[in-house]
Amino acid sequence: MSLQRRTGLVKALNLFGPFIGLLLVIALFSLVPEVQGRFLRFANFKSVATQSVIVALGALGMTLIIISGGIDLSAASNIALSSVIAAYAVNAGLAPPVAVALGVLTGGLVGLANGALVTRLRLVPFIVTLGMMGIARGAAKWIAGNQKIDAPMTWINELMAKTPHPPWLLLAPGVWIVIVLAVVLAVLLRSSVFGRHVFAVGSNEATARLCGVRTDRVKVLVYALAGLFCGLSGVMEFSRLTVGDPTVAVGLELDIIAAVVIGGGSLSGGEGSILGTMVGVLIMSFLRNGCTMMGWPNYIQEIIIGAIIVVAVALDRLRHKGQ
Amino acid sequence: MAAGTSAAPVLRMSGVSKSFGATRALDGVGFDLVRGEVHALIGENGAGKSTMMKVLSGAVAPDSGRMEIDGRPYAPAGPLDGLRNGVAMIYQELTLAPHMTVEENVMLGREVRRAGRLDRAAMRRMVRETLDLVRHPEIALDVPVGRLSVGAKQVVEIARALVGRARILVMDEPTSSLPLEDSQRLFEIVRGLKDKGVSVVYISHFLEEVQRVADRFTVLRDGRSVGSGPMAGARLEDIIHLMVGRELKELIPRVEHDIGGTVLDVHGLRGARMASPVSLTLARGEILGIAGLIGSGRTEMLRALFGLDEVVGGTAVVSGRELAGRTPWTRIGRGLGLLSEDRQGEGLALNMSVADNLTLSDLAPYRRRGLLRPALQRRGAADWIGKLAIKTKGPAQAVGDLSGGNQQKVALARLLHQKAAVFLLDEPTRGIDVVSKSQIYEWIGGLAKEGKAVLFVSSYLPELLGISDRIAVFHRGALVEARPVSEWDAASLMAAATVGRAPRAAPVPPRSAG
Repeated sequence: MSLQRRTGLVKALNLFGPFIGLLLVIALFSLVPEVQGRFLRFANFKSVATQSVIVALGALGMTLIIISGGIDLSAASNIALSSVIAAYAVNAGLAPPVAVALGVLTGGLVGLANGALVTRLRLVPFIVTLGMMGIARGAAKWIAGNQKIDAPMTWINELMAKTPHPPWLLLAPGVWIVIVLAVVLAVLLRSSVFGRHVFAVGSNEATARLCGVRTDRVKVLVYALAGLFCGLSGVMEFSRLTVGDPTVAVGLELDIIAAVVIGGGSLSGGEGSILGTMVGVLIMSFLRNGCTMMGWPNYIQEIIIGAIIVVAVALDRLRHKGQ
Repeated sequence: MAAGTSAAPVLRMSGVSKSFGATRALDGVGFDLVRGEVHALIGENGAGKSTMMKVLSGAVAPDSGRMEIDGRPYAPAGPLDGLRNGVAMIYQELTLAPHMTVEENVMLGREVRRAGRLDRAAMRRMVRETLDLVRHPEIALDVPVGRLSVGAKQVVEIARALVGRARILVMDEPTSSLPLEDSQRLFEIVRGLKDKGVSVVYISHFLEEVQRVADRFTVLRDGRSVGSGPMAGARLEDIIHLMVGRELKELIPRVEHDIGGTVLDVHGLRGARMASPVSLTLARGEILGIAGLIGSGRTEMLRALFGLDEVVGGTAVVSGRELAGRTPWTRIGRGLGLLSEDRQGEGLALNMSVADNLTLSDLAPYRRRGLLRPALQRRGAADWIGKLAIKTKGPAQAVGDLSGGNQQKVALARLLHQKAAVFLLDEPTRGIDVVSKSQIYEWIGGLAKEGKAVLFVSSYLPELLGISDRIAVFHRGALVEARPVSEWDAASLMAAATVGRAPRAAPVPPRSAG
């Protein structure tokens, strides 16, 4: 009996774990008198949402990759490269939609290259993307001539405006884009044949192959798709900074991976969810936001987030034990 | 061994019970182990053998009952405590560190130190002595274990158990992953240990093997000891009867079926991992048994046929059309289905649901307007769960939670679900309980009756002889013989598998129905 109750608890933890974490973080800061007033305001939630866009887009793609049993260490470099390409295009006088498309496509190409290398050379994703991390970062610096690329203001810069242009939007366009894409991706993962195949490849690649899943094709698609998300994330980075900066987002891939893991993604593959990942992103953003309001220095934030990653993975382990 | 049984037992276990939640795994089991004997512990999966041995080794604490070693009460606090009392356990899976050397593996956790540093000389001496004890002094101490053969790995594993001066050695399915030749070697080691006064508890599914190696046996059923006695003179049928309460003949049922026209015609097929080209034909409604030693090329042929290994030569024609492409995906499209010999590693994605595992090879029926409907998928899976009597809480349960027999049924149901016409079954009954085996034989017969074609690879001769129409034998990568089943018997199959040719068995009259 107690065993059953325990699995019930584990199940609940499984479903709501990340949510409980998010509510806990919000509740914590809401109870502190010094920041209560500023923290619990719509304007603050709005800015947290906007600050989450870049990591969120990267994490959407990373969720796919991690579920398929892979990892992408080149995500942040890819974001920087894509933002530089978008800035470069605007600077060169191309129309903003073309610049956006180029930025997104650049990300997609880097992802495609990752996927092709993983499947053709049969190298582990960790190594391939570790290499790509350097290659993409170097390419970004090269194209930008090792400095920031200034670009004239266009509507691209409004994508990340805290107060959106038609005010009835309430949230920055970038936030809406994330929400729409998250819903699309969640549907794709949960209820499409491709989604099932992604889970199957991550859960047991040999089984997937045996069942006629074209595992290489699935993996290439996963990396390419994730690359497109990084490309879009790069465009948002450019939108936020108004310049193309090749040194931006260093180390951001770890935040992205952390968000997926906090949200229930398993680095051994076969597990993870878009909703979980989005909650993971918000947990980290609210923590940063709250810590900044408290006036705590950066290093405290780093320690807290580090601890949360370990706790999240420990809970994940507990969950597996219960199963 | 009559003299042995009268001696005072080195271990006595009595009235041991253990429950997990609502399930009573052990219900008052007991047995005596005599010094220097090999005692077989026999029973179906779930009979309680593993739990009993976990209690013995200290990994699980019993709810009640008592154990004595040399007449003194023995209640181990944990496996380490068990080891200190001379009880060592060798598990089904090999648990060696592949990158570390033989010496390092054997001494792992028992390293000898002198003045804070590893005393290599002392350790090497101990490992040498132990390898001598198991009669394999030829194994080099400095080779990484990963480079040894499976059989040699097992010797190292045994050495590791013995280096702590174990007096009671528990071996859980020690031959399940071994090629035949290595099994022989293992039996010799076990006999050698006996002479040195070590007592061995030997757990195995292979009754013939148990008969050869054990002095006495105890049969477990539903957590109780239902029978015990000396192995010499005991009849296999009687032991099986004790295990399941049924006769052997009923356990390999033969379903009458008619053989139709050729559906699979393999000519000179050569896969990248095959030693020589293979030709064979298979008809609708036919069960073609494939015998041969492990590693003789049976699995490699199936994998090449199914597109899992690259094909480098030859042709395979299915239903009049030559197989093109080289992926399992194209093969499934042409009506082939493969059941992997490695159920846990390849056959199933253990942490995915029963429904996902069952339907993964054909998700198309569950799509509506491009979207997959999990509810439909679960309903489709539930149908097959019912038809094959798979014991599960429901289609959403993780397949890894099921028993071995039920896992195998899920893997088989997948082939039915994908509407395969040619079934490539690689050791479909390996490691599953007798009742599930029996259901699988019946099911394979049913397939043939429906006009499906079955390639049935097996290492277990009674089942090959029991359900096949024809049997072909692999020997060192080549397919040596394909004859009607009536021209084979166990001896000629073994001869063909081990020497490559066999005297024709005297034709026997066709067996009667049933």
